[in-house]
Amino acid sequence: MYVLDNSKLNNRPRVSTMKNALLLALCLISSYTFAAEKLGLGVPATKQQISAWDIDIRPDGKGLPEGSGNAIDGEAAYVQKCAACHGEFAEGAGRYPALAGGMDTLKTQHPVKTVGSYWPYATTAFDYIRRAMPYGHAQSLTNDEVYGITAYILYSSYIIEDDFVLDKNTLPKVEMPNKDGFISDTRPDAPPKTVCMSDCLAKAPKVIGKARNIDVTPEDEAQAAEETVVAAASTQKGESVFAGQCMACHAVAKGENKFGPSLYNIVGQKAASVSGFSNYSAAIKSSGASWTEENLRKFLSGPQQFMPGTTMPYGGLQDANELDSLIAYLIENTEKK
Amino acid sequence: MSFKKPIPYRHSSSDSSEKKDLKGRRQFLKAGFGLAGLAAAGTISQPLLAAGNPSNLPKWSQYLGNSVDKFPYGMPSPHESEVVRRSVEWLTATRESSINFTPIYALDGIITPNGLCFERHHSGAPEIPAEEHQLMINGLVDQPLMFSMEDIVRFPPETRTYFLECAANGGMEWRGAQLNGCQYTHGMIHCVQYTGVRLKTLLDECGIKTNGKWLLAEGADSAGMTRSIPIDKALDDCFVAYSMNGERLRTEQGYPLRLVVPGWEGNMWVKWLRRIEVGDKPWYHREETSKYTDLLANGKAREFTWVMDTKSVITSPSPENPLRRGGRQLIKGIAWSGRGAIKRVDVSVDGGMNWVTARLDTPVLSKALTRFYLEWNWDGEEVLLQSRAMDEFGYVQPQPKELHKERGVNSVYHNNGIQTWLVNKNGEVENVRLG
Repeated sequence: MYVLDNSKLNNRPRVSTMKNALLLALCLISSYTFAAEKLGLGVPATKQQISAWDIDIRPDGKGLPEGSGNAIDGEAAYVQKCAACHGEFAEGAGRYPALAGGMDTLKTQHPVKTVGSYWPYATTAFDYIRRAMPYGHAQSLTNDEVYGITAYILYSSYIIEDDFVLDKNTLPKVEMPNKDGFISDTRPDAPPKTVCMSDCLAKAPKVIGKARNIDVTPEDEAQAAEETVVAAASTQKGESVFAGQCMACHAVAKGENKFGPSLYNIVGQKAASVSGFSNYSAAIKSSGASWTEENLRKFLSGPQQFMPGTTMPYGGLQDANELDSLIAYLIENTEKK
Repeated sequence: MSFKKPIPYRHSSSDSSEKKDLKGRRQFLKAGFGLAGLAAAGTISQPLLAAGNPSNLPKWSQYLGNSVDKFPYGMPSPHESEVVRRSVEWLTATRESSINFTPIYALDGIITPNGLCFERHHSGAPEIPAEEHQLMINGLVDQPLMFSMEDIVRFPPETRTYFLECAANGGMEWRGAQLNGCQYTHGMIHCVQYTGVRLKTLLDECGIKTNGKWLLAEGADSAGMTRSIPIDKALDDCFVAYSMNGERLRTEQGYPLRLVVPGWEGNMWVKWLRRIEVGDKPWYHREETSKYTDLLANGKAREFTWVMDTKSVITSPSPENPLRRGGRQLIKGIAWSGRGAIKRVDVSVDGGMNWVTARLDTPVLSKALTRFYLEWNWDGEEVLLQSRAMDEFGYVQPQPKELHKERGVNSVYHNNGIQTWLVNKNGEVENVRLG
């Protein structure tokens, strides 16, 4: 809590009071140069703090760090850390966005907006990958990896060659296909010419579309939620949790390894021991853990917390009933010993 | 699909309904005097009730209710359990980078209760300890500063009420009627009374250099959300908020600190605000290029489309609030404008042929939700309901086809077209598009 706590305040070391007094004095002195009155709150941000926090990049390259990479360098990191969701060729997977392709679709009925087809600046990709990717393990990539992955994505849209090296000097110079595709906001743009109050339409309006016919409205989830509370965890529910959360990267069929290993027989199994799967992170390989129900529960509710360094790009399942159901489903797909 | 059952306004719930109570009573009378019946009948003299009258002695009038210790933090009545945020699973790939919707069909007045404010986050909602949170202001300033939350709450506060609308509210409805419920068609909105500190006050504390023209606001979540904001807006009415509706921000609304950008699209109201950088140019980050740009029919896209246009929707009747009987009805709804105050709302019951001006409830605040009502008699025939809002500058909410003419159907964002509800002869209400 940051509620003002008087007892804490009274116990505060005298140094802090003096510092505040000093700041206040400084402010009084500087009040000649600044129109606004300063309150002397906050402390100066140091150069080290600023350089650690300030990671943003602009189209002119301001903020780009040292380091470099081309698409050939970036491919391994991309395949390991990005492809599960964005596809091996940046074509996207399931409902995760495609990063390449979609060229010449912006005027069509179904525009495909990718880094290649839509983004005006290549620096934006670098900034975003560095600050927010991989999903669920942000700011874990080295600068060389970010340059390499950015290069791989640009290469996937044929914007640069596979040996073109990106660094702080070359990246801002990469010309994106849609760089001139943006215009300024001209709204308000569609106001009716007159505000008519009666006999406004030439003919009676006709219904031309109904949401009911499209049939994509969720069922009343509140009722479903109530049922969930009383319902015990079920393997049937676990199957649907698996379909929604896991199936992009895992299968339960024996020997079917996707971007993640097959989860057949997983309960009770030693970690990193699925045969034929080679994409394990060092963290999992060296963990020595085994997938007891308890460990599965911890891992699935917070992969990074339980197994720091895992490459599974998943934030964690919070709903206890969903978690129980998923584990019940995994148990069902494990042979009884 | 439509709602299987229209969501009832509490006449059929399991344990509180008068009907059930009466049924129980009838069974009791039929069965003779049971034990419980003896207790009631023996101790209290009451006339036998005429059929159809409510009991004059329901269980809550006889037995003890909850203790003062049962809910240290109070909860809504259990009989309102349908009034919750809902999501549309097919909209997004994961549940952490996703959105849910405010149940606007069930709310009154203009304030959205904290637990019902829709959520949108891009890498989940982090639970940040306030004592570990800091706000840095750096860039083109005389003195970059770090503020703790203790520092922030010592600045002179201000309290203001504003709506926050996601730019994609109604985004699924561009091509035609798609989702059958006003929670889904218009629920990416809430209206909250915020308390916080003017951004100008914090920036003045650092001293903006004369070439400082833009801000970059950055969140502390693992999406590291960033948006560029022009300095004029920042100095005009933006503030950093630490409270909503009188209590500290909810986790999912950015605890302990969020940016408030009145009237502008919700994505700019950066949550878990940890840094503000002053610069001389915009940053063109992912959320202002790849997303939140409005693609037009000619393949060009509008950028920096910040302001939320004037808009309204009838929340009752709506697919969630069917008409249950003929005769006198109350039409109610909400209207808002990111440019200023709502001046007028008109309602049509014949699909836009004729309009009647609705009654605005007070308060009517700039850049906040405004509540409107219209009393109306339903003759039991099919009707087409619409509402049309006008702001203080005379801008009038357009019909969908007027928007299509200007922008095509691929904009995703900033759909402020007029909504049509079809009420059929059974009183059921559905989302339709008129031609």
